[in-house]
Amino acid sequence: MSDRVAEEGPEGAEAGGAEANPLLRSLKERFGERILAIEAFRGDATAVLAPAALLEVATFLRDEARPAFDMLLDVTAVDFLGRRPRFEIVYHLVSTGDASRVRLKLPVEEETPSVPSLVPVWPGANWLERETFDMYGIRFDGHPDLRRIYLYDEFIGHPLRKDYPKQKRQPLIGPGSQGEAGGQGGGR
Amino acid sequence: MAMEEREVLLRPDGRPGGADLRDSFFTSRYQDAVAWARKFAFFQYPFVTACCGMEYMSVTGPRYDTDRFGLTLPRFTPRQSDLLLVVGTITHRQAPILRRVWEQMADPKWVMSFGNCTNTGGPYDNYAVVQGIDTIIPVDIYVPGCPPRPEAVIDGLLKLQERIQRERVNRPVENIHGSVSTTRFASREEVALVPGPVEPHRD
Ligand code: SF4
Repeated sequence: MSDRVAEEGPEGAEAGGAEANPLLRSLKERFGERILAIEAFRGDATAVLAPAALLEVATFLRDEARPAFDMLLDVTAVDFLGRRPRFEIVYHLVSTGDASRVRLKLPVEEETPSVPSLVPVWPGANWLERETFDMYGIRFDGHPDLRRIYLYDEFIGHPLRKDYPKQKRQPLIGPGSQGEAGGQGGGR
Repeated sequence: MAMEEREVLLRPDGRPGGADLRDSFFTSRYQDAVAWARKFAFFQYPFVTACCGMEYMSVTGPRYDTDRFGLTLPRFTPRQSDLLLVVGTITHRQAPILRRVWEQMADPKWVMSFGNCTNTGGPYDNYAVVQGIDTIIPVDIYVPGCPPRPEAVIDGLLKLQERIQRERVNRPVENIHGSVSTTRFASREEVALVPGPVEPHRD
């Protein structure tokens, strides 16, 4: 075990660093400064990029990269409350050809939580982006139908943001709901 | 009367025989007979939303076989049901649907809260989940467990049946819309509080 750690370096990064990963290297060569960082950790390749570069990078990964990343597995976000930029949008891509994976991360500021929608590139992004909008309030520019997907239209706020009060309840009916007697503010 | 005809009379327990007419009927009170019929012929409406549904399938399937206790015939319309089984996590988004289903059921009707999620919100104390369905609709019996074991469900069912047997026909009551309905049986204790004679329920 200690041998392996020594090989991988103190952070567990791959031997030779992210530069040794051909995919990340080709991204870096092609997009230069717009790739803010690359890292490879135990076989997982990650590229951090500026939101403005997202559509181009996604199209490149789908059409030109080998293996081609033909499937968008997940879109989610992380709220680093108190850090700048506050949000990070995370895309998980997979190639159905050889099951290799890559992650894209986009740092997003709190004041302008919006990124380009990936629906034109992978239609499957539609509901994934709606979920990320529902839970984190990230706006996806160019999304054909950016509505809440899990919660109801009456819901105020975005519950997976770290500053959403843990005890806050917004029932539609029953105790605590609008226009019904016996409200206790927070359910039972 | 010919001797042969007497021979085919049945005893109350279903065995043939009994030449004496006193063996061929038994007396009961009207209310007891109605309650007895109701408690052994549930028309259930399974409102199944989450993992407890697996246990619901198990307990109503052939192995545990709730048919034995009169929990038969799932009706997938509330208008033909008298026992609402709420099985699984109820979210705030689901709550108005659940209440509407309950409102659509004709009286008399009962509600079983099946599993911890429906009892209290279970493991989910968060923005999404109703903290007990009794904040939305009245509940007659709570079955604990995450999910409940089949034995627990059957125990709850039997306890509900005991309760239904104790229920008494209530006098017709005027509901908030001004129409008269015999909304539901009152329990024996409740009847004791109602002054005046208790009128029989007419089906
Ligand atoms: S009580 Fe447990 S098993 Fe049942 S729905 Fe809730 S979490 Fe699932």
